[in-house]
Amino acid sequence: MNYAQQVLTHLRKDLRLEWRTKDSINGMLFFALLVVVVLAMAFDPASYPTMTRQISGGLLWVALLFAAMTALNQSWARETNNNVLDAHRLSAAPASALFVGKALANFLFVMAVEVVLAPIFTVFYNLQPLGETWKLLIILPLGTWALVVNGTFFAALSLRSRNRETLLPLVLLPISMPALLAMIQATTAILTGEFEPTLWIKVLVAYVIVFTTACVLLFQTILSAD
Amino acid sequence: MVTNIQKSSGTMPKWAQAWFALTLLVMAYGFYAAMTAPREATMGNLYRVFFYHLPHTILSFVFPYLNCGASFLYLFWRNRNVERAAAADAFALAAAEVTVLYATIGLATGMLWGRAAWGIWWAWDARMTTYLLLWLLYVSYLLVRRLSASGQTAVVSAVLAIFAAIDVPICFMSIRWWRTQHPSAVFGGGSNSGIDPSMVPAVLWNMVAWAMWGAFLIGMRYAIERRRQRQSNAHALGFLGDEIGNNFQEIR
Repeated sequence: MNYAQQVLTHLRKDLRLEWRTKDSINGMLFFALLVVVVLAMAFDPASYPTMTRQISGGLLWVALLFAAMTALNQSWARETNNNVLDAHRLSAAPASALFVGKALANFLFVMAVEVVLAPIFTVFYNLQPLGETWKLLIILPLGTWALVVNGTFFAALSLRSRNRETLLPLVLLPISMPALLAMIQATTAILTGEFEPTLWIKVLVAYVIVFTTACVLLFQTILSAD
Repeated sequence: MVTNIQKSSGTMPKWAQAWFALTLLVMAYGFYAAMTAPREATMGNLYRVFFYHLPHTILSFVFPYLNCGASFLYLFWRNRNVERAAAADAFALAAAEVTVLYATIGLATGMLWGRAAWGIWWAWDARMTTYLLLWLLYVSYLLVRRLSASGQTAVVSAVLAIFAAIDVPICFMSIRWWRTQHPSAVFGGGSNSGIDPSMVPAVLWNMVAWAMWGAFLIGMRYAIERRRQRQSNAHALGFLGDEIGNNFQEIR
């Protein structure tokens, strides 16, 4: 098996597990929907279209970030049942294939949530984007990958710590801040049409490349941490 | 290692005491230079906080790289030389703690100055945001050290240190990508940046003083952490009984 096949095997395994229970996607979807509704309590989105355009990018990503965090915490917990993780450590396959497979699976889950959430968001918040909407097709996957790649990595990092659920956001949020800034700025640029998102897309691309590399290189160390 | 514990008398070595005294002298001269530097054209005496704000902020961008370097060394030595790996880990912890300390002082002096000069405590401009982010990153590093399972604290925190150090320049670069209220970078920030030549000595003396102070703190913290490591090792070996423990010492 070459590297791509190993990644694909891990990915297929994660997708199958998710398909059987659908825990992550259902949980994330409902959680994100709740965040959208809760945020609508904070201000009146339908009555102030300009303000809504200005802040919706941020709200969308905040909802997605929190939703993704609930799923990321669970994504490695599956591997600890029946000591599957130890089997992975013994396996001849490179550890990074396991990581890339799981990150891809998480990416697909969060993207699935976005596909459902984006129309809901548009309807509920009465959004009329003024920029080039097709660029969202670049920004959403890039931003999602930026969140998920570090999220999957740090979820593995905090796997055997005392309070796993607390540790993940504490680590993930500070590291993701430049990416969050970039994806929020880029999305806001498209919603308001006031400035070009190009610069922030470039920042996102740089961030994604740098941190994907770091995650892939260091995952072996994390997997065999003790 | 047991002999090491008996040797340490609880006092600093002579050279460290000399370094401490020298640091205090340079700091005192730095204070004198800062207070006697000419008044600034628009801000008057108010700007003198700058002589403390600048060294602390610049140094708190330097210490993270000591932390990162030590973390790399830790990961390199982890399976090769346990003793050196433990030393690197202790140094990484010391550097991270001093980073947080200096960044806290940088933030505090910056806020005081901002309140007096701009009328607001805080503005969400690029430089201040990224600096706050630096602070958050290393506070989260220290939290992870505290929360992670005891057997893998060093590995987990070393990896996190590398991530944090990668994050710092990304944040730092955003100064050029985002509008900023903060004055442009003092060094290498273009034609409008820079300071009057008459203020340069005061800046340099304070820079040296706080760098020496930072080095002293890191050294102290490193020594304390090494002592803690030795103590917990000795404690763990104590469970094995004196005979086995002593044999184990000799083998190592």
